[in-house]
Amino acid sequence: MSRDHCSVASNGFLMTVTASTARPTAEARSRSGPIAWLMSPDRRGPLLIAPAIATLLIVNIFPLMWSFGLSFFEYKANRITPPVFKGLANYADLFTDPEIWARFQNTAIIVVGSVALQLVVGFFLALLFAQEFPLRRYLLMLVLSPMMLSLSAVGVFFKLFYDPTLGFISRIISMFTQDTFVILSTPTRAIIAIVVADAWMWSPFVMLLVLAGLVSVPKYLYEAAEIDRAGPWRRFRTITFPYIKSLLLLALLFRTIETFKIFDIVYLLTEGGPGSSTETASVYVYRLAFQFFRTSQASALGYVMLFAVIVLTSLYLYGIQSRKEVEI
Amino acid sequence: MARVSSNRGIGRKGWLYTLGAGVVSLAYFFPVFYIISTAFKTRVDALAMPIRFIFTPTLDNFYSVFVRASTEGGAGTETGFGLYFFNSVFIGGSSVFIALIIGTAAAYGFSRFPLRGNDTYLFIILTTRMLPPIIAIIPIFVLFRVFSLSGSYTGIIALYTAFNLPFSIWMVKSFFDDLDRDIEDAARMDGSSEWSVFWKICLPQIMAGLAATFVFAVILTWNEFLFALMLTGTQTRTVPVALARTIGGQVGVDWGLMSAIETLFIIPVVIVTFLLQGQLLRGVTFGTIRK
Repeated sequence: MSRDHCSVASNGFLMTVTASTARPTAEARSRSGPIAWLMSPDRRGPLLIAPAIATLLIVNIFPLMWSFGLSFFEYKANRITPPVFKGLANYADLFTDPEIWARFQNTAIIVVGSVALQLVVGFFLALLFAQEFPLRRYLLMLVLSPMMLSLSAVGVFFKLFYDPTLGFISRIISMFTQDTFVILSTPTRAIIAIVVADAWMWSPFVMLLVLAGLVSVPKYLYEAAEIDRAGPWRRFRTITFPYIKSLLLLALLFRTIETFKIFDIVYLLTEGGPGSSTETASVYVYRLAFQFFRTSQASALGYVMLFAVIVLTSLYLYGIQSRKEVEI
Repeated sequence: MARVSSNRGIGRKGWLYTLGAGVVSLAYFFPVFYIISTAFKTRVDALAMPIRFIFTPTLDNFYSVFVRASTEGGAGTETGFGLYFFNSVFIGGSSVFIALIIGTAAAYGFSRFPLRGNDTYLFIILTTRMLPPIIAIIPIFVLFRVFSLSGSYTGIIALYTAFNLPFSIWMVKSFFDDLDRDIEDAARMDGSSEWSVFWKICLPQIMAGLAATFVFAVILTWNEFLFALMLTGTQTRTVPVALARTIGGQVGVDWGLMSAIETLFIIPVVIVTFLLQGQLLRGVTFGTIRK
């Protein structure tokens, strides 16, 4: 079992076993038993991660595999009829169904609009908060708090803010348009309403990332630029931007992943309306699964979404990795 | 673009920035301020347009969060919100606690005893967290029914434990990765067991990090809506679900009441945001971005 007696004895887990018995015979026995096998230094890593992997397997991976299997069957969760094998039919339906493409289009519009707005607002907020001024820490807290709210609270209260008679946002808008603002009156308005609520909530996230980049710029670079009489735009392009470029990209990816899944805000704010013009992929899966009980089609659509998320997540981790390498 | 160099001191220019940032932050914070102030308003003040900034504050809304006055007079009835708050705290707290124990062990393993394919494991773990919750909910909903777990504490706590695990592992691993290995190696040279290297050297150094991870995970769980909507019953309902249900209930929505519920819910979150400002970046990116 052990190639080198000394190194094993000085290693922790065996030490605790042997120290308590403190008899050479017991030591020899415990070293060959199953406990000693488990406690061997080679198995430390697997042993430490085993509980986590087991939990994820039971609660996460197993149900996922189950529904992955289900996506090849015809099955309704509210019927007792057993699932019927359909092969790839559910997936084939997905790619020919115009309804699904419309849902993905809605999702794409919301993702592009919201993430773009978050990047712009977050970027300017970061430029502002990169300065040093009195009370900065307190004001920063005010800006960061929306991000820590619950998505459901943002959904519920923006419904109030957009209310045609009671909502302050609607009131402000109607002051300019001389017309009552009803979010569900046109698809464009409904989408803008969702985008604004989501971007309001998550711009601080982008700000935090960009701020981290801005703080990491060495000050001497600015001092050198001052000597060279470089203008503000040049200073930004050649000094500041390289430091925040990778973080902006990571913010873009991270927010794209998260916004792609958008459910709570849409569900509470518009319920996908008017018609189905703001129904995102997540909301549609929800309807398929729990209102129409087309469980297997919902699973199939879910897996298409999962694939997209996996691609985006690996891009994100790749970005993280290359950023680390640049730093080192 | 260039920051004010600190040696020049913060003079009038600094205060000008404060003014500018103040206006921007207040505008940004206004929706939250609106919710909090509405919680202290009477029904008339809450619905008044233009918005009333000066009003006589009342605590009636907070009272009616827990006890609803009966329309026929007599004693008020319990709204159940006491229970929902308890559920949110209990379910969030216990699931995060379990996830943190399992997660810390795993994080230590991933950080100090890398396996073959360590990064692949970590990637899969992160993916289980990044996946759209709506996919996971379908099979879990059916399985919960099969094992009659829906509406029980056990079911939702088990689910939230798995939900918090990837976050805990990535966060805690990032803290372990930041530690200085030389101290551990020195202790090993002096004959410390692996057990005491972990308990006496590594763990004490990341205590603040563990606390931050705990708080972030509690907030994420505290805010979670979809799983709670689908899988909790009348006895285990959490505040976000109860809040969303309150809106659908009566004819006119009592916004003062809604705001009071939300205010009770966000005040701890705002305080935490302030205390954890330094760890926020790490917290919101699952420990992938530290500085």
